[in-house]
Formats: sequence, structure tokens, C-alpha cells
Amino acid sequence: MTATAKKKRRKPPLGIVTRPGSSLQNKTGAWGILRPIFDWEKCTGCNTCESICPDGCIRHLEKKQYEVDMEYCKGCGMCAAACPFDAITMEEEHR
Amino acid sequence: MRKMIEGSRAVAEAVGLCRPDVISAYPITPQTHIVEELSQMVADGDVDAEYVRVESEHSAASVCLGAVAAGSRAYSATTSQGLMLMAEVLYNIAGMRLPLVITGVNRALSAPLSIWNDHQDTLALRDTGWLQLYAENSQEVLDMHIQAYKIAEDDRVLLPLMIGMDGYVLTHTYESVDVPTQEEVDAFLPRYDPLYKLDPEDPYTLGAFADPSLYQEMRYEIQRDALRSKEVVKEVARDFQAAFGRWMGDVVEPYMCDDAETIYIGLGTVVGTLKDWVDVRREQGDKVGALKLRCFRPFPNDELREALGNAKQVVVIEKAVSVGGYGIAAAEVRGALYGQPKTPPVVCAMTGLGGRDVTYEVLDEIQKRTEAGETDFFAGLRTELLEAS
Repeated sequence: MTATAKKKRRKPPLGIVTRPGSSLQNKTGAWGILRPIFDWEKCTGCNTCESICPDGCIRHLEKKQYEVDMEYCKGCGMCAAACPFDAITMEEEHR
Repeated sequence: MRKMIEGSRAVAEAVGLCRPDVISAYPITPQTHIVEELSQMVADGDVDAEYVRVESEHSAASVCLGAVAAGSRAYSATTSQGLMLMAEVLYNIAGMRLPLVITGVNRALSAPLSIWNDHQDTLALRDTGWLQLYAENSQEVLDMHIQAYKIAEDDRVLLPLMIGMDGYVLTHTYESVDVPTQEEVDAFLPRYDPLYKLDPEDPYTLGAFADPSLYQEMRYEIQRDALRSKEVVKEVARDFQAAFGRWMGDVVEPYMCDDAETIYIGLGTVVGTLKDWVDVRREQGDKVGALKLRCFRPFPNDELREALGNAKQVVVIEKAVSVGGYGIAAAEVRGALYGQPKTPPVVCAMTGLGGRDVTYEVLDEIQKRTEAGETDFFAGLRTELLEAS
């Protein structure tokens, strides 16, 4: 079909999000009351925490160094539960 | 080409001619030969589709949701309890505006367990946002599947469509049907050209979270487009007639209604019986007509007002009961006629549940009781089984 023959089409209906990534606008970090604390002596850099975080807010910086984005971390504790070396503990967060 | 085939086979051939990319179904009871035939056609290389067998109807609907979201044409069929299990996903498919087509084979719901025909299953899903068409015979159900994709995929619609097909009466009955060629169907139904699809190169989000500032507008658009789709249903029926030379109605099909004093309304195969019965009653001098409610969603309010306006009485032959209320179709017909200058009384005759045959005798009983002034009743009841009240 040539460009000229192509008929004009409607805009996608409401609910079809054409600019993905907009969930980043909703900062969910304030939902939680716990935060993960890393014990760098025990951490081996295995990446289990990074891959299991449901919000993708644990970032691997270098071999045994991780950063948690507290603007989105809800404190669910999955990283602490999954860590094979018990290197993560959940602590109460006071705001 | 004319073929003498089972109704399920007719649907399978029609779906195959529509060139689906993905077919997903749960193969065990409650199911029909439709997906069995399609699996054979895919295995034989006659239909070039991905056939995904799944562990439940909920999963079958979910696979189809994903397939259409990714830009493919998809198909599934189920019935009765299987359709109920799909329900949660069906709302999502409509909400994500995905033009999936499924065959909702009409069978009774449990309990008690029944595998026979009535309309309780698909009519229970009338509020999902799916369009609903109901077929009278094998040729119509074949043609309707080819029309269905064209309706659902139209930019003005973008809503899924469910075809109601009477279990056993149609699915397991052999009739002579005209099966179009692949070239004819290709000319009528182009490949699906999605307005949007899940594509990493051009990302979209479907089914996102909507807070109270957004949700109502999305529902408004679904309702607006569902109402507008009525014109598309009519247009596609006309285009189909031009291409294939067959016409079985668009949103309704009146039969001998012009001078009819009493008009009998039905959905699906019972309309065939009604038309023959009308011929018989006409020979006896009764001014009766029949009307096929071919499209239930969107509901043809205006067309019913026009077709029924001059009748003295309307009788809905009802194969589904909104328990504690009335028959489901009768309530809608009453709603369509309410407040009109000439509003004929609408009788609700509930019958044909769980595969009970709707025979001339049952229709005679309905006519007699209607003339006696009854308005909401079960017809064809075996009263000897009922506890005396």
C-alpha cells in the first residue's frame, strides 16, 4: 500500500498507553515501612537480589556493591528472603 | 463449494479461511468438534496457525489475549462452564480493545450438569464489552465467522466478538453449506492490520492501571464504540451479500412481520422452527410473524422499535432466565419498546432450557397462554415432576 493510498486511522482508544514507562511517575517508595540493609562482608555479588526484586529497584554497581532505589522500594523483603548468604536484613524505616 | 458437513466442521473451515495466526483451546469437556477439527487442519498443514493447547479456558482466553495484543489474528471456542471460566479474561480483552473472535457454543450451565443447548452461558456475558451475534443455521454460522473478524477489527469498533452457536442443534448436525474459496475470503477479509500492538520497537502499554480520574472515560469509549458498531455490523452484512450473494439479516431479520399482529422473537436455531411454525399458523389464518434477534450486543433498540411498532403483541421465546427476574432477552426487548407511542405488550415465554426441544406443540402452548393473557411463564414444563405448591 502506498503512503498516499493509506487511509487515516483513528487514535488508539483510551487505556492504550502510547508513552510507556509512565509508571516511573508514581513513586511508590513511601508505601513501605521496611528497607533492605546489606552486609557487605557476607555479600558475594551473586545478583539474586537484583533479579528477584519485583520493582527492579536494586542495581548492581560493581562486584559486591548494590544500590537500592528507595524512591520505588516498597520494602517487600523478597531480596532478604532470597539472598543465599543472608546478607540482607530488613530494617524498619523511620521517615 | 457445496459440502454436507457437521456445523462444527463448517465453523472450523470458516475460521481456517480467515487465516488465524494463533488458535488456543482447552480440548476437554465442555468442548466441541470445532477446535478438534482445527487442530487436525493445523497438523495437516492446511491452516498455517500456531495451535496452543492449554490447561483451562482461562488460559485459552489469556493466550488469545496475548496473541491479539502482539498483533495477530486469534481464535478460540468454548461453551458452558468453560465460557464461565473465561469470564474474567473476557472483560480484560474488551477493556484492552482487542478484536478477538470466539465461538460461544450455547449450552446450559451447571448445576444440574447438562451438556445440552440453551442460552444461559453467553447471555450471562452480555455485559463484558464483547459484541454478540447469534446464528440460526450452519450456513449462517459459517458466514458469520468471516463477517466477525471484519466487524471486530474495524477501526471504528476494536472490540472482541462472540458468536452464539446452539450446542448440538447446530454443532453436531449435518447440513449442506456453501464453503467459499480462499481467494473469495481473502478478497473480503484482508490480513489483520493492528492499529497498535506489543512491539519493542514501538512500545505501548495495554491494560494499565487507571485511577478514578481516568477509568470512567475508558468505559465511556467502550460503550460509545459498542453502540457505533451496529452500523459496522450492518455494513459488513451488506458487503458480505455483495461478495457472496447471501443475506440472513444484519442486526435483526424479520420474517412475515409486515402485517403481523403477534411477532415471536428468538435467538439462534429456534428461529428456524419459528419461521416454519409461522407458515403453519398463517395457513390457519393467524396473523403471526417471527423475528430473529441476530445481534444481541450492541442491542438493536431502534430496529426493534421499527419492526415491532405495529404489532399488537410481542412474544420472546427465551432460552435463558435471569433467575429472580425475567428472561434475559425479554427484559431487553421491553426496554427497547418502553415509552414508545405504540408499545405492544411483551410476553416472556421461558422454554428450551437444558436441551428441551422447542416443538410446534410448545409454540402452540405459548400462543394459547399468551391469548389467555399470561405474560411471564415457563412453557413445555413437565408439571407431573413438580411438587404441588
